[in-house]
Amino acid sequence: MGIIKTKNLVYEYIRRDEEGNVEGITTAVDKVSLNVKAGEFIAVLGHNGSGKSTLAKHINAILSPTEGTVWVDGKDTAKEENLWEIRQTAGMVFQNPDNQIIGQVVEEDVGFGPENLGVPTKEIWERVEESLKAVGMYAYRKHSPNKLSGGQKQRVSIAGVMAMHPKCIILDEPTAMLDPNGRKDVIRAARALNDVEKITIVLITHYMEETIYADRIFVMDQGRIAMEGTPREVFSQVERLKELRLDVPQVTLLAHELQKRGLRLPKGILTTEELVEALKCLSY
Amino acid sequence: MLRDITLGQYYATESVIHRLDPRVKLVGTIFYIISLFCFRNAWGYGAAIVFLALVIRLSKVPFRFMVKGMKSILFLLLITVVFNLFLTPGEVLVAFWKLKITKEGLVLAVTMAVRLTLLIIGSSIMTLTTTPNNLTDGMERLLRPLKLFRVPVHEVAMMMSIALRFIPILLEETDKIMKAQLARGADFESGNLLKRAKAMVPLLVPLFISAFRRANDLAMAMEARCYRGGEGRTKMKPLIYRKRDYIAYLVLVIYLVGSIAAGRML
Repeated sequence: MGIIKTKNLVYEYIRRDEEGNVEGITTAVDKVSLNVKAGEFIAVLGHNGSGKSTLAKHINAILSPTEGTVWVDGKDTAKEENLWEIRQTAGMVFQNPDNQIIGQVVEEDVGFGPENLGVPTKEIWERVEESLKAVGMYAYRKHSPNKLSGGQKQRVSIAGVMAMHPKCIILDEPTAMLDPNGRKDVIRAARALNDVEKITIVLITHYMEETIYADRIFVMDQGRIAMEGTPREVFSQVERLKELRLDVPQVTLLAHELQKRGLRLPKGILTTEELVEALKCLSY
Repeated sequence: MLRDITLGQYYATESVIHRLDPRVKLVGTIFYIISLFCFRNAWGYGAAIVFLALVIRLSKVPFRFMVKGMKSILFLLLITVVFNLFLTPGEVLVAFWKLKITKEGLVLAVTMAVRLTLLIIGSSIMTLTTTPNNLTDGMERLLRPLKLFRVPVHEVAMMMSIALRFIPILLEETDKIMKAQLARGADFESGNLLKRAKAMVPLLVPLFISAFRRANDLAMAMEARCYRGGEGRTKMKPLIYRKRDYIAYLVLVIYLVGSIAAGRML
């Protein structure tokens, strides 16, 4: 069994009027079954309202399934007694960098998680130091979070989760509010954690470029998993992605258009270098 | 510009007083204020002034910062002095028209003025030398016994420190909303008081909505990081009494005994 496993997961948002009567039911996640192995880098893609954030909140036990089951590290998230263990195993980074930093100094914020877990003071300091170094924010440890850029704040948030020593980190659109440079830094930090610390990463995003390094991609649409596979497998189906109102990375799109015009290029080109190599092979 | 606002009036520098445990400063301030109300003669006040001058000197905070704090209560001080001066019955010193200044009134007015001034300066030393965060920590520790009476001490302290963290963010947001509304033709500056108060509505409504949204997000983020109240929580920066704190307590006791003895018996 993988570190994250869901079986027929269904979640319904119930809208109520002022008297509390049910007005309507929206199914945000619809019969999702997936299995993530420890150490994988997973990307979940989907346009707004596809249910990807709702799915993410289940992995951290913030939401409890309407139907079906979610297991994190073999523990059922619906069971109250597993709650804190699951939240420690699967840390979560949210979209808005301002609304998830609790401390008034960077190092205090990173220490917040370990403090909650009851880690002894000396070890808190060790964890804070190693986490801040892992995301490249150690030099800013004495700064006020208010004076950092968005990308830096998100990296502090990642460090805050890291310090709890999770096996898995869920990043729920961590780059949606950042500028391109901040986005790159955050994704680089997440990849480093995956490579070096072997932490399982689940990256929820709608930026295609951020997903090309993932081991596997899940594409969500209307609460269901519409596509699944390696980036190469997913992005080779350009027409299908367009149906789901998703873009493909620019290079992939260019290669696709060239193919349509009769150039014999391999399917699923993801990076500029790959395209250049493929074109070189053609001309000789 | 709004980013640089700090709450309270912390004056950042390195000094013995800055390094003291916040609990020492809180307890010290409270007892200092109490001592001011125990004196019956000028000796006590003399001792209090000398003690305060010494602490100010040690704190390395320029004196004008202390005086700054006085400006806001100058009016209150004036009223107290005037009322005490003219309305205390007793032996008449000067009389003109219906007003008389009595000897008792004069003494009382001067005492009150000195007492209030010392009180304000004394407590401003605490806020000038302690960061708000430290102050909250100190209060949490000192009020811990109240937990027995089911007072949510940890929760209140947590709320205070979160409020402190979000003040600059909300100020910045206010600034943004204000500019957005100005760009849409809102007018915050002209008209009488009522009109201006009404003009604040389009500023306050979005601010409140955003504050609630932030609160919701923050609560979720805190839960995701295993926050479950004060039970079983450890501290990254625990308050520990050091040698200098014990010395400070000793000095405080010496001051209290000395000044009260002088103020009541001499």
